Amino acid sequence: MINKSAAEMAAALTSGEISSVELTQQHLDRINQVDKDVHAFLHVDTEGALAQARDVDSKRKSGEKLSPLAGVPLALKDVLVQKGVPTTCGSKMLEGWRPPYDSTVVTRLKENGIVILGKTNMDEFAMGSSTENSAYGPTHNPWDLTRIPGGSGGGSSAALAAFEAPLAIGTDTGGSIRQPAAVTGTVGVKPTYGGVSRYGLVAFSSSLDQAGPCARTVLDAAYLHEAIGGYDRMDSTSINQPIPPVVAAAKDGNIKGMKIGVIKELQGDGYQAGVLKLFNQSLELLASLGAEIVEVSCKYFDYALAAYYLIAPSECSSNLARFDAMRYGIRVGEGSAEDVMNATRQLGFGREVKRRIILGTYALSSGYYDAYYGSAQKVRTLISRDFDSAFNHADVLVSPTAPTTAFKIGEKANDPIAMYLNDIATIPTNLAGIGGMSIPSGLAEEDGLPAGFQIMAPAMQDDRMYRVGAALESALLSKWGKPILENAPLLGAK
Amino acid sequence: MSNISRDDVANLAKLARINLSEDELSHLSSELSVILDAVARVQEVASSDVPPTSHPLPLKNVFRDDVVRPSLSPDEALSGAPAQEEQRFKVPQILGEEQ
Repeated sequence: MINKSAAEMAAALTSGEISSVELTQQHLDRINQVDKDVHAFLHVDTEGALAQARDVDSKRKSGEKLSPLAGVPLALKDVLVQKGVPTTCGSKMLEGWRPPYDSTVVTRLKENGIVILGKTNMDEFAMGSSTENSAYGPTHNPWDLTRIPGGSGGGSSAALAAFEAPLAIGTDTGGSIRQPAAVTGTVGVKPTYGGVSRYGLVAFSSSLDQAGPCARTVLDAAYLHEAIGGYDRMDSTSINQPIPPVVAAAKDGNIKGMKIGVIKELQGDGYQAGVLKLFNQSLELLASLGAEIVEVSCKYFDYALAAYYLIAPSECSSNLARFDAMRYGIRVGEGSAEDVMNATRQLGFGREVKRRIILGTYALSSGYYDAYYGSAQKVRTLISRDFDSAFNHADVLVSPTAPTTAFKIGEKANDPIAMYLNDIATIPTNLAGIGGMSIPSGLAEEDGLPAGFQIMAPAMQDDRMYRVGAALESALLSKWGKPILENAPLLGAK
Repeated sequence: MSNISRDDVANLAKLARINLSEDELSHLSSELSVILDAVARVQEVASSDVPPTSHPLPLKNVFRDDVVRPSLSPDEALSGAPAQEEQRFKVPQILGEEQ
């Protein structure tokens, strides 16, 4: 059952073909079998998951009305707190910490009877594009264990691709849901900013951070989106409107007459030839389904990466001040509170986190504020305007999700600028607060590795991405004859 | 070309409350210079007629009624404390002898 979609698993649970305990156990067995190679999980909550599964089974037996995904297992990115379950954010700073409360995402997962298998690996405090910045060692891409699974949510995407879980939760500040989805052949959605509550999501860059669904199919992502989304009084930036009808859109998938805008600036130099070829083939398929393909220009996107690497570090330098060794997390050193703080933050934070805190401190310091942070905020306005005018010509916008397929672990670890370029196509949507989705576009001819097709929609029109994503997914499936992940190597077969 | 010296980084680290080793200081000063050169591009288009965006949603202050709701118990709130005493966070000395 583990290689089925979440929707198929849900149907098998409803028909009584399998119980949630059995389904959960199958996934725990799979984790046991392959995770020593993949390292998608930082913590597996065997007892908690089975207890949750037993609870769903008994509710089902007693005839209680259950949610569509009740009893289906899920992997949770270790940046969302779950009461009593270790939450590290991939950092030494929080080693051993067990949060005293549930994030709203976790509360909603539990209310929907979705079984939480454990916490997945990530770049420390979600800063990175490869999961190499985890203090607990990298996650390996199931397509090729010597390669990165993307980041920061590489654990969640790898868990899906290795069939360790059919659903996962990610968070996306500059592409951390979508780029891992692209390089692992899975689906990832960054909802509209404010579409899913940030309460209990450990903050990196608060004006950009957004939790969202990860899955192996567009429909599965839609079900998960509806389970976790919607207004939450505990998050003052949560949007008080109904969740866009994403499940209905994913089921419908009719794109006849839709206008699809190709962003001129998100292709060409720096993009791998095979990735672009797959992107163009996907466009042809969308046209053959009755969509109209138009080209749009977003001339300020060339400045998005620069703006992002000022805004995100600035906000992180402020947000991560909370790790002060006083109330929770590790504490080391002797002397005054300040001495202990200084020593704890040296030991607790890794290289990339320190780099960004120092950069953010610089960008926010008096004398430099206007030139750096202030200018970046203006670029943010220009990028939103670019999107606004592009959406005057198109219902959705599209691009490759990431410029390349998965690179080798270690390849870019010492070159921060090269690493940052991974996010060049995903960052603009975060700056504007709109939604973005990545679905697999195929295997690049140079290396046989998966690439992603990105779909972006205006704020709170997330259903448009699901409509287009479902249409393309179905057309590609007919073309390939089987799901893309069936081409991945069999793990743990020895 | 931005030039962030070792001393600049040491001062930033002091402001950010992070001890850095000699090795970290020299690495970071060269890396920060390169990164700042790359991100300084934002100044090319940030003219005075463009308003800044601090946040993607057009939100003003969000208020709620001031009513007591269930919250963490003292034991729960202290459950992750590195040290505690009499239901309080126990912290190292904050002020010096003279203060």
